[in-house]
Amino acid sequence: MKHIKTINETVLKDSLAHGGCGECQTSCQSACKTSCTVGNQHCENKNR
Amino acid sequence: MVHLFKNNGYNIVLDVNSSSVHLVDDLGYDVIGVYEKKSLDEIVEEFEEKYPEDEIREVYGEVTELKNQGKLFTEDIYEPYIDAFKQRKTYVKALCLHIAHDCNLKCKYCFAEEGEYHGRRALMSFEVGKKALDYLVANSGSKRNLEVDFFGGEPTMNWEVVKQLVEYGRSIEKEHNKNFRFTLTTNGILMNDEILEFCNKEMSNIVLSIDGRKEVNDFMRPTRNNLGSTYDIIMPKYKKIAESRNQNNYYVRGTFTHYNTDFCKDVLHFADEGFEQISVEPVVAPAEEPYAIQESDLPKIYEQYDELAAELLKRKKAGNGFNFFHFMIDLDGGPCVYKRLQGCGSGCEYLAITPWGDIYPCHQFVGNEKFLMGNVNEGIVKKEISAEFAKSNVYTKEKCQNCFAKYYCSGGCAANAYNFNGNINDPYEIGCKMQRKRVECALMIKAALASD
Repeated sequence: MKHIKTINETVLKDSLAHGGCGECQTSCQSACKTSCTVGNQHCENKNR
Repeated sequence: MVHLFKNNGYNIVLDVNSSSVHLVDDLGYDVIGVYEKKSLDEIVEEFEEKYPEDEIREVYGEVTELKNQGKLFTEDIYEPYIDAFKQRKTYVKALCLHIAHDCNLKCKYCFAEEGEYHGRRALMSFEVGKKALDYLVANSGSKRNLEVDFFGGEPTMNWEVVKQLVEYGRSIEKEHNKNFRFTLTTNGILMNDEILEFCNKEMSNIVLSIDGRKEVNDFMRPTRNNLGSTYDIIMPKYKKIAESRNQNNYYVRGTFTHYNTDFCKDVLHFADEGFEQISVEPVVAPAEEPYAIQESDLPKIYEQYDELAAELLKRKKAGNGFNFFHFMIDLDGGPCVYKRLQGCGSGCEYLAITPWGDIYPCHQFVGNEKFLMGNVNEGIVKKEISAEFAKSNVYTKEKCQNCFAKYYCSGGCAANAYNFNGNINDPYEIGCKMQRKRVECALMIKAALASD
């Protein structure tokens, strides 16, 4: 596209099918301890 | 829902429900801004003096194509999944062990009130810690990765118990098919070669508390009994720790307050001192405290985040970048929608354990008897507290409904919400405003790096 460049390939709804394994880090456990920051967590689901 | 913003010379469009991020030119920015309100002919009429008509029609086609691909103007399709989500059985997978309710510093903003959490000084015994680890294993279901943070007060003041608990955890993890991830949050005062060696062998992460420039750090983080500059004691140790961990799996972690709203300088001070993993965060404090972040501080704080983001981008491009925790965002390998709806898991997946073995929803609730849930002998007795946290999610928070950042902070910190508004479902608004600015900065950095 000439005017719009999409930065990321994945869309959130795709994770409905494979998500929810719960193996990822608890959000504020090991860095901040005062705020909830989820967007930077890594998915640990090997079957995604 | 679509959020458009300009930052550092970039035009960025976030499609909230798909989490698609688009970098657009000025024409694209203008057209997306009115796409849902006007017809193509009306859009042409509005912008024909600013752009050629064929270009307006071209960009309209691009927007329509992205809409058809589910990457622009997408609907929220997740709400129907919430009922099943609320019914789910939750498992405990992370503990914050309050190894020591005691501290060798007297930081002015400490929510633990110099380590004591509104109670008496105490150290956790091995027996209590062992029961906590047993409780975690027994209540973790099929979850394999179990996080245990040694927290305080200052956990190195009870170091022998930390070592014994790590040893105990390692001795039981294989038979239960678990993988403990131990972490340490320390002020560095007692750090020595023996502790460092142990940490490098056993701790998946170390959080090193320090606020930034010497005068900033020492003002809020004084030693007890005026034993000199905290900064001078810990800075050389922290440099050694960072290098010994190959500049990974640690954070130098600072707090900024009303007194240093120019915190960009503190972050860059860390970077200039050679640290590559940096987290500097706003203090969370009642508004009446003189160091609390006030609404009137926000314009300056926004400016500082923008300045920091631009500088971080510049350094990344030059090959001498660093990670700033609150600007880290994983656009392609990030968390699934279930995680994003639920948030931090406090009160159900994540619990705090006091030196006496009492269980609280998280470290920030410790000392508030209303949130005492049970203890490591009997487990969670007040199941209604756990249930309240388990059902809390993005949709139970009215303020989140029209917020573009809701899938990045997942409704924010329950403790902040309770402490400011008396309700875990009523987010702390100054925190929300800073969070939104950080998300914009993080997206700008990603977009800028992807555009080159």
